[in-house]
Amino acid sequence: MVQDLGYLKESPSQTAGPYVHIGCTPNFAGITGVYETDLGTTMVNDKTLGERIIVRGRVIDGAGVPLKDALVEIWQADAAGLYNSPSELRGTADPNFTGWGRCPTGAEDGVFTFETIKPGRAPYKDGSRMAPHITVWIVARGINIGLHTRMYFGDEQQANAEDPLLARIEHRHRVATLVAPRDGSVYTFDIHLQGEKETVFLDI
Amino acid sequence: MSDLSNKKPETGAFFQRDRAWHAPALTPGYKTSVLRSPQKALLSLDGTISEITGPVFGHSLLGELDNDLIHNFAKPGESAIGERIIVHGRVLDERGKPVPGALLEFWQANAGGRYRHKKESYLAALDPNFGGCGRTITDEDGSYRFRTIRPGAYPWPNGVNDWRPAHIHFSIFGHGFAQRLITQMYFEGDPMIWKCPIVTTIPDKSAIEQLIAPLDWANTIPMDARAYKFDIVLRGRRSTLFENRMEGN
Repeated sequence: MVQDLGYLKESPSQTAGPYVHIGCTPNFAGITGVYETDLGTTMVNDKTLGERIIVRGRVIDGAGVPLKDALVEIWQADAAGLYNSPSELRGTADPNFTGWGRCPTGAEDGVFTFETIKPGRAPYKDGSRMAPHITVWIVARGINIGLHTRMYFGDEQQANAEDPLLARIEHRHRVATLVAPRDGSVYTFDIHLQGEKETVFLDI
Repeated sequence: MSDLSNKKPETGAFFQRDRAWHAPALTPGYKTSVLRSPQKALLSLDGTISEITGPVFGHSLLGELDNDLIHNFAKPGESAIGERIIVHGRVLDERGKPVPGALLEFWQANAGGRYRHKKESYLAALDPNFGGCGRTITDEDGSYRFRTIRPGAYPWPNGVNDWRPAHIHFSIFGHGFAQRLITQMYFEGDPMIWKCPIVTTIPDKSAIEQLIAPLDWANTIPMDARAYKFDIVLRGRRSTLFENRMEGN
């Protein structure tokens, strides 16, 4: 016998189900008067530093149909590459930027939209710099455990070429699944759950 | 994390997730998972600053009735119909450490098993005094509590006669975005738990049991509400003592 490590097991995930909006975006679900606003609706204000952008996309199933009951959350650094989190010890992030957003996919068109800013570059563990990116988390009915991925920026070719995570994608044609093309101030990030264009999901 | 605390925030990467403990992505008994499950291997990434950080939510966010589902949607002087219960417990990490400041959001059906949602078509009645959502933030010792009614079971279109056991959905934020978790709480003694195609997506019986809240007789409030205790475990994180220093540290 040896000593017991005494670790606990993580609570098993269960699907967010079809009614995730009741809990996470009740105003969107038509349950008004409980919370003033839905959390994560606004990431920026008038004073937020950085380039204003819109991130828009869909979550598409294996039959090519966009999910109309998914919930997408994003988490990102500010314009200087700092996170608005107590675990950020490199400096103080822009107090006018939350870094976190939440958006249900549209009940009619399945589209999610975030009004945010383009993040700066943050360091990888070895001190090299990651390309600007947004951490994305997707939950929905039929998804047993939330899916993590990242969105990179289509107009950051040089930075993307140096990015340590993108470099680790073995099948190079799949890198494109994480890179959102730019059109004006809009980046389009479609997330494919399955199939030829399946997005690279992360075990982080 | 309180400004008065002089504890340094932890910055270690999280323990690798034990994927065998969770449901796999593809669980054909739960039909919706078939077209919504990634088929390729996940790309493993030891946590970077992007995942070991996460948003925090201050207690000032909370309204007085946010943790009282019996009253937070009810007309003045009225309350939701159903068996009154208290749900309480602690949010811990895999090391057994409390997770203070964790935002919990919960949602559930009413006592008849009906959700207040436009896509819901079950014939059970809506309760005009029950919305079905609530939230709270854990204390310094990781503890939380809220008041609600015990939700009803309900049928759902999967097999012709599949029913969900009574359950409460939980969404939990820890201190890092990699800890983000959504799960469901079930009630001790409910025979329907083991018949549910969503519950049984989880392969391990003891993992399922981790989601079943026992009746907590000691904390039951006489002449008012029974208590159920539901502890939630988020991923643990490594000590940073031996980690490579990150740029700028």
